Amino acid sequence: MSVIGKALATAAMGLALMTTAAQAEEMRIALVVKALGIGFFEAANKGAEEAAKELGDVKIIYTGPTDTTAEGQIEVINSLIAQKVDAIAVSANDTDALVPTLKKAMDRGITVISWDSGVAPEGRQMHLNPSSSSLIGNMIIKLAADNLPKDGTSEVAVLSATTTSTNQNTWIEEMNKVAPNYPNVKVVGTVYGDDLADKSYREAQGLMQTYPNLKAIIAPTSVGIVAAAQAVTDAGKVGQVNVTGLGLPSEMAGHVKSGASKSFAIWNPIDLGYSATMLAYHLAKKDAEAKPGASIAIGRMGEVKLDDKNEAAMADPFVYDAGNIDQFSSIF
Amino acid sequence: MSILKSREAILAFAILALLALIASRFPGFVTPGNLARVLTDTSPLILLALGQMAVILTKCIDLSVAANLALCGMIAALMNGAGVPLPLILLAVIALGAALGAVNGLMVWKLGIPSIVVTLGTMTIYRGTIFLLTGGAWINAHQMSEGFKAFPRTIIAGLPVMTWIALAVVAGVAVLMNRTALGRAFHAVGGNPHAAVYTGISVGRTQFAAFVLAGALAGLTGYLWVARYAVAYVDIAGGFELDVVAACVIGGIAIAGGSGTVAGCVMGALFLGIIKNALPVVGISPFWQMAISGAAILVAIAFNATSQRESGRIILKQAEHRT
Repeated sequence: MSVIGKALATAAMGLALMTTAAQAEEMRIALVVKALGIGFFEAANKGAEEAAKELGDVKIIYTGPTDTTAEGQIEVINSLIAQKVDAIAVSANDTDALVPTLKKAMDRGITVISWDSGVAPEGRQMHLNPSSSSLIGNMIIKLAADNLPKDGTSEVAVLSATTTSTNQNTWIEEMNKVAPNYPNVKVVGTVYGDDLADKSYREAQGLMQTYPNLKAIIAPTSVGIVAAAQAVTDAGKVGQVNVTGLGLPSEMAGHVKSGASKSFAIWNPIDLGYSATMLAYHLAKKDAEAKPGASIAIGRMGEVKLDDKNEAAMADPFVYDAGNIDQFSSIF
Repeated sequence: MSILKSREAILAFAILALLALIASRFPGFVTPGNLARVLTDTSPLILLALGQMAVILTKCIDLSVAANLALCGMIAALMNGAGVPLPLILLAVIALGAALGAVNGLMVWKLGIPSIVVTLGTMTIYRGTIFLLTGGAWINAHQMSEGFKAFPRTIIAGLPVMTWIALAVVAGVAVLMNRTALGRAFHAVGGNPHAAVYTGISVGRTQFAAFVLAGALAGLTGYLWVARYAVAYVDIAGGFELDVVAACVIGGIAIAGGSGTVAGCVMGALFLGIIKNALPVVGISPFWQMAISGAAILVAIAFNATSQRESGRIILKQAEHRT
């Protein structure tokens, strides 16, 4: 190697050291999503940027593969490890496939958390769920109760996905647990639309026929809630039967405007990105520790408490109604 | 012919018995208004079953009809989003459906691949195409124009347009099957392909025509479906092809080809439609519903199979007597 070459190499090394030093002041948090170009994750990034602005000394690196594969995410995470970011917050395409790569990241001192879609416990320090089954179960019956007369009891029915859908069954079970807290709601039955538009539509029609006094349909499934809203509209029962449950703003916008659905809920991706960033920041700063039972502050969202699997639930599902549907229907 | 007539009579009787049984548990089901609603709800099934009937008559089967429906429905929704006027959309989906059917037909005709294999393949391809077109995104109620959604529900003389379309197609297919050379060719090709060739009927070309007919009807139904449920996504009408085949089989269309009537096919679809609409209101546990609708199909088919079995013809009377 020539003298000039050596000098250049030294200069380059010096420069590299200097940049590392400069970056040490600014914490770099990588938000790794399932795939780029998905509205839900773009919204999460918005929340992450909001958190970064609030914290001041944080830079968000929003990244992810172009398609929802675990291989793509592994590549992205490897390059983040090479860039020596301070924290990685990932919504995983595969529970187990990312574990070895994320372990490597943790070995290099990088804080790793998962959010939205989790990683197996050995591959992350903690996982942030958008909500919890009990919060969701409570929310769906609360949405129905809030739009019903306070006195007397009104008939309400549930339109679920399939009889074997684990998520829906858990939510309905949690809902039934808290049902006594809502004396103005009488749950008269549960039917299953199998997450097919035509079957859900038919089941919703059947509900309105079987229970002529039906006041609300709770559909904790995105296919079911849309089909039920359409069935109510076609039956001319808008205003009489309120459709609520869990759905996506872009899919429900028309039915909220028509009045078939007064309100529905789903997690808010902006809040989710915000909270994930806050958690990653505090863990990387070492002013909080991810251990069972720990409480970690997440800015405007309050705080989360970790359970024995180092998982935490962010908040109640976010409620969408005529007031905010336009703002969110363009996002996801 | 008298056997065929009686089979349809038996099916009609079964439908009436079914209605009576439902009425005993939920009287509101048999009011004229509700029966009209059931007919409307069954219209897509009738439309697809008629197309499937033509295909089954020629000894083939088309498993891609539901995927064809979903793809044409999505194209209709996309065209609506682009501001294309409704009459043009209707023509386009029928033409596209026919073209998709023609792909099946050509492969069966020119390449001689068994239809079940061809349509299993195209079924996946058509669904995949929807994903490619939309990236998996939904087209929702508020993204469709009012006219687009309102057309199938517009009430004319007490029934929605969708039902009138189904009735018109029933009449059209009945004429096609009973009064045209092509209709007779469908029966001939399935009944006895060799004899059909000797009478100058091209087996392949007839099968091709059946697939085009099934495709065109699926395309038309695609629009009706998307407009009725006001949503279009990759998985609409998932598994519907099996309902369609079941409706044909209940209606007495011989799965081996060659025999079956329009009346039987329509009644088969109605039988299935009534069960689907009645189960939610008669208060049967959802855990039993699938088993019941499956059992009803099996009973109907078993019944058909026994009444359909031709008694062997005795050609050696004397030998028969001797034994």
